[in-house]
Amino acid sequence: MSMLQVSIYRYNPETDSAPYMQEYRVDTQGRDLMVLNILEMLKAEDTTLAYRRSCREGVCGSDGMNMNGKNGLACITSLSDVVKNNKLVLRPLPGLPVVRDLAVDMGLFYKQYERIQPYLQNDEPAPAIERLQSPEERDKLDGLYECILCACCSTSCPSFWWNPDKFVGPAGLLQSYRFLADSRDTATQARLTDLQDPFSVFRCRGIMNCVAVCPKGLNPTRAIGKIRDMLLANAT
Amino acid sequence: MVTNITNLGRSGLSDWLIQRVSAVILALYTLFIVGYLLFNPGLDYYTWSGLFAQAWMRIFSLLAFISLAAHAWVGLWTVTTDYMKSTGARVGTQLVIILAIFVFLVWGILVLWGA
Repeated sequence: MSMLQVSIYRYNPETDSAPYMQEYRVDTQGRDLMVLNILEMLKAEDTTLAYRRSCREGVCGSDGMNMNGKNGLACITSLSDVVKNNKLVLRPLPGLPVVRDLAVDMGLFYKQYERIQPYLQNDEPAPAIERLQSPEERDKLDGLYECILCACCSTSCPSFWWNPDKFVGPAGLLQSYRFLADSRDTATQARLTDLQDPFSVFRCRGIMNCVAVCPKGLNPTRAIGKIRDMLLANAT
Repeated sequence: MVTNITNLGRSGLSDWLIQRVSAVILALYTLFIVGYLLFNPGLDYYTWSGLFAQAWMRIFSLLAFISLAAHAWVGLWTVTTDYMKSTGARVGTQLVIILAIFVFLVWGILVLWGA
């Protein structure tokens, strides 16, 4: 009765001509386990199963995957959150090339992250101790710096699926705004200039898939709106 | 920065603003036309052509036509860049769309001032 039906996307480019879904049955003994626990149990039996994991507590962002149609971190998603009719379907994050099974090639995702220059830029002489911020200025970074770059948001975004080489994507834009909003960063103009084209920011259509899936409860759509406001204020 | 030359305003920001302003104008024009038809049951040709003979109605209509042209350009350009990966097919479609928008706009002006 407590046998959970698990269907997992399998693809090994070295041996398989095409991806396929493999069916497993797992005895949960009625426990409400995390999805990652199920994968660990299967991995013990079938060592060819490939997926990424590390901290198993929602901090490292390694085990982002598509669980019953919704992106999330397998380690902090309980079965009761996703399983319907005793069936669990696991697929890799959509839109990125599959390396093997549930592991995807995050190259395009990191390339967009790199493009927004995710580091503090300041051309003023460094003060003797440190660059100070008022508590109000620091508050502006809340809801931005917590991102763990798991890619759940960007790979749930159709705009990123169609143009992953041109649209920065929700994760990159959240980080972009994290530096645009930082009172210590002086590269604001250059950052905005790099974002005003029709793709980088404006391919966002505001459907908020990113907000719906973010395992950390962040809101990239709001950050994108703030970037638009800054661009508009800057250019009108 | 991503370069593009077939979108309306060359800049994503200007396209975005044009799309929103034109949407408001089109909404107002639609509400006005629907309201006018509702408040004028049994509308005849003379009343209808009399409405469009007035300068403010022609200005309002032309504004709506231009808004429609811009709105369609921005929107359809976006659709082609999302779904058409072959450069030849994409550029070809974009040019056909832009030409069609131009023809419809001039045609609209002819209808407005030709009657």
